[in-house]
Amino acid sequence: MAILLFAEHDNATLSDQTAKALTAASQIGGDVDILIAGKDASAAADAAAKLAGVRKVLLAESDALAERLAEASAALIVSLAGDYDTILAPATTTGKNVLPRVAALLDVMQVSEVIEVVSADTFKRPIYAGNAIEVVQATDATKVLTVRTAGFAAAAEGGSAAVSSVDAPAEGSDLSSFVQNILSESDRPELNSAKIIVSGGRALGSEEKFQEVITPLADKLGAAIGASRAAVDAGYAANDLQVGQTGKVVAPDLYIACGISGAIQHLAGMKDSKIIVAINTDADAPIFQVADYGIVGDLFEIVPELERQL
Amino acid sequence: MKVLVPVKRVVDYNVKIRVKADNSGVELANVKMSMNPFDEIAVEEAVRLKEAGKADEVIAVSVGPAQAQDVLRTALAMGADRAILITVDGTTEPLTVAKLLKGVATEEEAGLVILGKQAIDDDANQTGQMLSALLGWSQGTFASEVELGDGSAKVTREVDGGLQAIEIKLPAVVTADLRLNEPRYASLPNIMKAKKKPLDQKTPADYGVTVENRLNVLRVEEPAQREAGIKVASPAELIEKLKNEAGVI
Repeated sequence: MAILLFAEHDNATLSDQTAKALTAASQIGGDVDILIAGKDASAAADAAAKLAGVRKVLLAESDALAERLAEASAALIVSLAGDYDTILAPATTTGKNVLPRVAALLDVMQVSEVIEVVSADTFKRPIYAGNAIEVVQATDATKVLTVRTAGFAAAAEGGSAAVSSVDAPAEGSDLSSFVQNILSESDRPELNSAKIIVSGGRALGSEEKFQEVITPLADKLGAAIGASRAAVDAGYAANDLQVGQTGKVVAPDLYIACGISGAIQHLAGMKDSKIIVAINTDADAPIFQVADYGIVGDLFEIVPELERQL
Repeated sequence: MKVLVPVKRVVDYNVKIRVKADNSGVELANVKMSMNPFDEIAVEEAVRLKEAGKADEVIAVSVGPAQAQDVLRTALAMGADRAILITVDGTTEPLTVAKLLKGVATEEEAGLVILGKQAIDDDANQTGQMLSALLGWSQGTFASEVELGDGSAKVTREVDGGLQAIEIKLPAVVTADLRLNEPRYASLPNIMKAKKKPLDQKTPADYGVTVENRLNVLRVEEPAQREAGIKVASPAELIEKLKNEAGVI
């Protein structure tokens, strides 16, 4: 039995989400091939070849694959699918965009956001914003899965798999075209891979205050910055910083929630963090029910004080 | 151009769900049900397209039990012109729903399908992509902005690192993210008017689709609960705990 892992990368570098999804693939068992779909992506392919436990790396390059748009990427994966029993990808916005399209073309029901591999055909996945965990057995001959990477450690390096080129089918490439990426420029670690996250909520009150209070602490800790939906909706923080059911699901070593009450949709995005710290004026805020350490008080005093004393 | 808006009846956003004692599923008896919030955003977007003269007709469609009529009436009150209910009892997986929606989109000769990016019950995030695949159309998922052009649409998508703009050929499937728009509340006169708008009832057989589930749900479990920790009095004490007790800084 063989597994095809559709890699997350940006042509130049391989995302550590790929290494985490590789761990899930290894738990399923069988030979794992990594597919790099892109353009001028040999650097990403070489990085994938170094991961331990990879049989081979397939490199498909074309203009249409440069940004891994869904139509061309799905056509590519379907053209390779005959050799594999399981096709998986990390549940990034790319994986979530492409894999259901693959599943439908193969007439397979996808298992989304796998958090635990029970056996080769049985998986655990969260439903209702993580308020219940479903144990599902996939009955289709081919399994199509996306993996929530927060639950899996990154596979180590130490492999030396061969990289071979595969043809990219032309199918689908006329349906959509890339215009531009408007990506947040930042020297900070990415939310999905950060060891420490400092997150702000509606209590910050304004975009200026959010910057003024949250940023210095994050800088001091080398942390990524996150935000609750309320803070994003109010315009205090960018959309891609949202942590929660409909934003990013994170599991850092340390999550510091500043002025976040802890709606279930937010908790769904961060409750697997190793250590949670909550700073809130309301002693009854639900965030304290999941926090390892809580401080009841004014975040405008406590957060700067915390930064000074670190 | 006709715009099709699939909507799903789900447990209301504000309900705290409970896992059944026998682990067979989630308790749904006597629980408030509403339209999936992402689908409300999709309905709003479709109605705005009609108001801007870019769509001729907005058709809401739902796959579900007879009670899913309620969410279709909500869509009609928001401004959809007519509705179709495909009655199915029990769980329908995204793949089946996509097959049924393909039947509707084809029969209605829709030029655009807009639906929520995921339903807040199964959190699958699949139906739009699957529908697009089955129709052989383009897809613009997780949309925060949609600009309809002539034969194509520019869609701004919410992606992990920020935003991505793509151009997709019409007909297309668009899935709505949280910030595409703010859905309106239906006014009382519109709620009254919605009661008179046409609502067709169909069955899966009308579209030649057999309802079959490919995933066996073996059990539904409570998630691991976190224990509440301790309150500390000062930043200094917090730093001490984080360094010496938790060892995370």
